[in-house]
Amino acid sequence: MSKELLKVEGLQTFFTIKKGFPNPVTHTVRAVDEISFHINRGESFGLVGESGCGKSTAGRSILRLVEPHGGQVHLSGQDVLAMDKDQLREMRRKMQIIFQDPYSALNPRQTIGKILAEPLHVHRLGTKGEIRDRVFALLKEVGLPPEAANKYPHEFSGGQKQRVGIARALLFEPELIIADEPVSALDVSIQSQVLALMQGLQETHNLSFLFISHDLAVVRYFCSRVAVMYLGKIVEQGPVKQVFDEPLHPYTKVLRGASPIPDPTLSKKMLRMEGEVPSPLDPPTGCHFHPRCPDVMEVCKNQYPSAISVDSERTVACHLYSQKQG
Amino acid sequence: MSLFPKAGGLRRTIRDTIRVFNRNKTSWAGLVLLLFMVSLAVLAPWISPYDPIDQNILERLSPASAEHLLGTDHFGRDILSRILWGARISLSVGTISVLMGMAVGTVLGILAGYKGKYWDYMIMGVMDVFMAIPTLLMGLMVVAVLGPNLVNLTIAIALTVAPRFARIARAPTISIKNRDFVEAGRAMGFSDLRIMAGHIFPNILGELIVMGSLWIATAVRIEASLSFIGLGVKPPTPTWGGMIREGFQNILSDPWISIYPGIFILITVLAFNMLGDGLRDAIDPKLRNS
Repeated sequence: MSKELLKVEGLQTFFTIKKGFPNPVTHTVRAVDEISFHINRGESFGLVGESGCGKSTAGRSILRLVEPHGGQVHLSGQDVLAMDKDQLREMRRKMQIIFQDPYSALNPRQTIGKILAEPLHVHRLGTKGEIRDRVFALLKEVGLPPEAANKYPHEFSGGQKQRVGIARALLFEPELIIADEPVSALDVSIQSQVLALMQGLQETHNLSFLFISHDLAVVRYFCSRVAVMYLGKIVEQGPVKQVFDEPLHPYTKVLRGASPIPDPTLSKKMLRMEGEVPSPLDPPTGCHFHPRCPDVMEVCKNQYPSAISVDSERTVACHLYSQKQG
Repeated sequence: MSLFPKAGGLRRTIRDTIRVFNRNKTSWAGLVLLLFMVSLAVLAPWISPYDPIDQNILERLSPASAEHLLGTDHFGRDILSRILWGARISLSVGTISVLMGMAVGTVLGILAGYKGKYWDYMIMGVMDVFMAIPTLLMGLMVVAVLGPNLVNLTIAIALTVAPRFARIARAPTISIKNRDFVEAGRAMGFSDLRIMAGHIFPNILGELIVMGSLWIATAVRIEASLSFIGLGVKPPTPTWGGMIREGFQNILSDPWISIYPGIFILITVLAFNMLGDGLRDAIDPKLRNS
């Protein structure tokens, strides 16, 4: 078995929007624009960025909940984007998703037991008794009492609902879980509990995570490698420690500056973000970040920088580094 | 039955449902009124004092009296007897046509809302065309094709009601299909049919029940107007709507001929509405378990 579990190459997902009357103009939003990364077995890979940068869309495109327009996704060597309906059904047992909003992730008219048992019924995984035992085992594993099976989602707190969401993602013993901001809707005190639960499960089930978040502290805690996204593109990726402690891309530097660190002596060194996130309908020419970049150069306004490997594990897409190399 | 039986089993689920139903006393009132109406209709042959189509010209247009509790109409027919017999047709045509229209409209509305794109344009386009056709014209068309009788009258009303339910079903479907639990279902490999029938439908059922109870009233009214122009139930067979129409001839001098069946329609509609509200709450797990 190879070390690499998921390989994403040049993934593209666009949305088209028609605007205006009586002569509508079609705009294309390049929500995910040629992103590439890979996730190893048993690894947690972080995907960070501001709201609207396309990180959630990237996660959903990999699962094909949103149809991507280009690029390649391979899960254990299998081409996900080339699969037909039946193959996709099988594939989705290996790849599951945890949602951000636990309130909307569970059907309010179904009991927790039904929510967890229905997928097993649909895939005919066991007899009624086996399914019941599996549901109880899963509830126990995520720290919920067996009585939870008879209750409805509204009877639980946000953190408990998220535990149900995690149990559901584990139903098929998947290899990869795409966690789309799994803790950002929860109280800080609950966040650490849920993160600890996910970490425990990762060890016992040998899971890999694609961890989508805007919270750098959480990503630093949970992930080993990370990619930073800005307006649909990955601007920098590498091991979490290096990317966050010695950021190369100016965007990563300001993103770090926007994330609080409990050390008063550092406050003066922090870079501030200037301006607003540009509309993804009409991204800036050249490097998307150039209007807000503190180190902007002439070349940034015309040409998008290609990703440069800084060392074996790190890449950065910025002209500052292409010039040094060239 | 259930995979995860509650302590107390089915009996407790029923008890919880009844408890929510109880919280709102008006829903019980609705149920009792409705059962009363239905029993009047069922028992009509035994409890009605006169033959509903028996004419007695000598006693025509007589007001309420001990002999004729609700008076007589312009042919001298006993109004109470006609109301009791009319309940059979009015109640059954009203409920059956709405149930039929609800079934068809809901399926189409969920399909249009969930599938979107071409499905949406096609289905809602056809529904809009149906909605644009006046009820009487729809009745004429159905009767011209199928012939005039009670079943075809019911079908004609169902065709009028269905587009309304398609619209009522479509809008919440669109909002629910964007919730994460639907996406989770797709990620679990659920079929579209399972998502629509098992996950979206239960979440919009409350709205549909309330709408249905309102539309039964309208269905009774539509039946009246179609019967009036001879497209449904032919005179002298009594229906509530038909009785109101017939009473119009003498509305200024003897208004009770129209008013009494009108009161019965009013009570029936009210009963359906009160019951509908109670049912909506009773099927909501949020209210049932709290």
